[in-house]
Amino acid sequence: MIEPLKHLANTPVKPETLELKFSDIAPPLTERQAALESARCLYCYDAPCVNACPSDIDIPEFIRQIAQDNVNGAAKTIWSENILGGSCARVCPTEILCEQSCVRNKTDECAPVLIGQLQRYATDNADKSAHPFARAESTGKRITIVGAGPAGLSCAHRLAMLGHDVVIHEAQAKSGGLNEYGIASYKMTDDFAQKEVEFLLGIGGIEIVYNSALGREISLSALQSEFDAVFLAIGLGSTRTLALGHEEAPGVMTAVDYIRELRQSDDLTALPVPENAIVIGAGNTAIDMAVQIKRLGAEQVYLVYRRGEEAMSATDHEQALARDEGVQIRTWARPAEIELDNEGKVAGMRFVRTAEDGGKLVDTDRSFSLKAEAIFKAIGQTLVSDELDPAIELSGGKLLVDESLHTTLTGVYAGGDCTGIGQNLTVEAVQQGKKAAESIHQDLMAAGDK
Amino acid sequence: MADLSIEFAGIKAPNPFWLASAPPTDKQYNVERAFEAGWGGVVWKTLGEDPAAVNVSSRYSASYDAHGDVVGFNNIELITDRPLEVNLREIEETKRNWPDRALIVSLMVPCEEDAWKRIVKQVEQTGADGLELNFGCPHGMPERGMGAAVGQVPEYVEMVTRWCKQYSSLPVMVKMTPNVTDVRHPARAAFRGGADAVSLINTVNSITGLDLDRMVARPIVGSQSTHGGMCGPAVKPIALNMLAEIARDPETAGKRLCGIGGISNWRDAAEFIALGAGSVQVCTAAMLHGFRIVEGMKDGLSRWMDEKGYARIEDFRGLAVPNTTDWKYLDINYKSIAQIDQDKCINCGRCHIACEDTSHQAINKLLQADGSNIYTVNDDECVGCNLCEITCPVDQCITMVPQETGLPYMNWTQDPRNPYREA
Repeated sequence: MIEPLKHLANTPVKPETLELKFSDIAPPLTERQAALESARCLYCYDAPCVNACPSDIDIPEFIRQIAQDNVNGAAKTIWSENILGGSCARVCPTEILCEQSCVRNKTDECAPVLIGQLQRYATDNADKSAHPFARAESTGKRITIVGAGPAGLSCAHRLAMLGHDVVIHEAQAKSGGLNEYGIASYKMTDDFAQKEVEFLLGIGGIEIVYNSALGREISLSALQSEFDAVFLAIGLGSTRTLALGHEEAPGVMTAVDYIRELRQSDDLTALPVPENAIVIGAGNTAIDMAVQIKRLGAEQVYLVYRRGEEAMSATDHEQALARDEGVQIRTWARPAEIELDNEGKVAGMRFVRTAEDGGKLVDTDRSFSLKAEAIFKAIGQTLVSDELDPAIELSGGKLLVDESLHTTLTGVYAGGDCTGIGQNLTVEAVQQGKKAAESIHQDLMAAGDK
Repeated sequence: MADLSIEFAGIKAPNPFWLASAPPTDKQYNVERAFEAGWGGVVWKTLGEDPAAVNVSSRYSASYDAHGDVVGFNNIELITDRPLEVNLREIEETKRNWPDRALIVSLMVPCEEDAWKRIVKQVEQTGADGLELNFGCPHGMPERGMGAAVGQVPEYVEMVTRWCKQYSSLPVMVKMTPNVTDVRHPARAAFRGGADAVSLINTVNSITGLDLDRMVARPIVGSQSTHGGMCGPAVKPIALNMLAEIARDPETAGKRLCGIGGISNWRDAAEFIALGAGSVQVCTAAMLHGFRIVEGMKDGLSRWMDEKGYARIEDFRGLAVPNTTDWKYLDINYKSIAQIDQDKCINCGRCHIACEDTSHQAINKLLQADGSNIYTVNDDECVGCNLCEITCPVDQCITMVPQETGLPYMNWTQDPRNPYREA
């Protein structure tokens, strides 16, 4: 039940239409398409695509393996650097990563190789009946991870592979993190997040304790004393507020909460959908929210951002997706007032026109209102650090880590969105998890040598 | 517009594009379709003595490039499997319907004088323009003492050619097998026997690939396979070399040559003609795409000839022969160096890794501040081998630039470093 919207009617869209609108947004390549596309790869040396990939996948190698009819080998090449290669293939903004730097992205080459789609082809079609990686001999070390999102899972897999035993504490009832709860539904269909976790756990040596959160069921100090190392992959647990009056009024909620409900819903027809919706924000979550609520049947969806399009963190590809869906993108407008009807429910929002003055965002004297029964806030998430140790320093509101993912507290490592490195991409979280595992391994083994 | 018509060993044709003796020329139906499409001539699929040959099912296989295009095509088909009388009747009728096209008949009978005498006379009565002696078929027929089994023995080549010239007034062309160590010997033998022309190459002995599940080569007949004859683009370099060998052999220089082997477009044809061929034969490209390909071949060749100022085929025929020589006569003092056009470079790094790993370490990879690489040639290390130009995927990005060395022409026979120099 979505409490803040319970006064709204359910989606007016027919179930069969919904099924279509929430099916795979980028259908997988067929064998023929994969053969044609893989043959376009020039097998570059010191390839720009690899340098652009946060997770170091040897892209020319796996594409060549696909071209040579070795899909299992291709998948292993991917997984050896990125065990969540299947979800990254679906959610990575390849247009600003590998595919942007593909040498065939140059004008005379027509188009970049569809690297993301080929990665999906390999990981989807590889034989997963036996886990492709074996564990090293047991080190006898036990490591705990807080958070079973991409960073935590990646770290767990690499640690297990290196011979350590891992216990993951996950606050939610399911693992996968944003892959399970956050990404737009049509980007991750057929329960893929769970299937991928199941595959990942196939290596063995990883235990996941669900509904186990810091400050509730567990504490950092207890974990530190029980385990040889702790990896924090807690993500960003809180969302920013608009700091306006009536933010608790029926009709106002965070995009993250709505998307979580949507992702967990077995029956999309039961979701409350406003006729008119406003999404505040400029990132991929804002786009995911706007597009999904439109597909669910909202007549008019506005995505409002206080700066210009060029400053939006959502990629051009994502913005185009929203426009194609009919989402109205309004820029240079700052939320000023949540407008209520006489029953105290959201009726719209008033915005003040903004402008840039010497690099600073300033209000103008113009304003406008948009009618809406629901306002979705997608203005960013913040770290909840209350339950951590004060010895763990923060930087910019996130956990401060060094290149090897050490926090400032010995024996405690961190990765993923809770740290300040990168752009909060899934693929970066996976990479940080993997790197942290290598750091932990190195530190523990070095300590053992003494 | 350039004049594409030719007269080849006394045979006239409106253009030099002929279909080779093969399945496309086995029947009147196919041949007339070819003529309708614009082919200048055909060599009718090889006739033999009755009873006609019997073919197996599953006859072709191929090798492919990375994009799935056929580069080599292999067949295990025998000569015509239709009765001689049917073929002769259709040849006569086809020639009558298409008098302006070249119609040459390919022949293969046992190495007996009577057999050859009999068949050349039968063919002569059809009104066909010429004979092609099939001494090249590498599969099946050699097991019966015919085809390449004859072509590999210069004495047999000469003997059979002489019989044919003796019993027939038609021009005789001898088709060479490439499955020999030195093609000049059978070619010389053919001309000694009185041949008016040689055509080459026939197919190359081959196995194109295997079914690794069933552990059997392709094409698979039941659970077995056999070697076949390969044609298609992959054999073109072999054919061009053999053609050049005969064209520049003093014993056969100036003789009529018909080029065959992987010709797929006008440019291929122009290359064979530049190495001495007076006409060309095509098969694989037509088998893969149909007879319509001849239109583009004629159009492309004639536009190129116009551009170059060649009015007739004879105007450029053989022009590349004098420039094809023995290694020992190449200019040791010639020097070229690779040059990379940075505006065209897409930074794929292939030139660098190819040179670095397998050649002369002459292409530098320079890391830029933005993390990208640029590639530059180290002139001092470059030997001008062309490898980087070959592996570069971008046309005209890497060019081999001749260098002004100030040194005169000097070949190995003159080189002071050669202990066996001639002067």
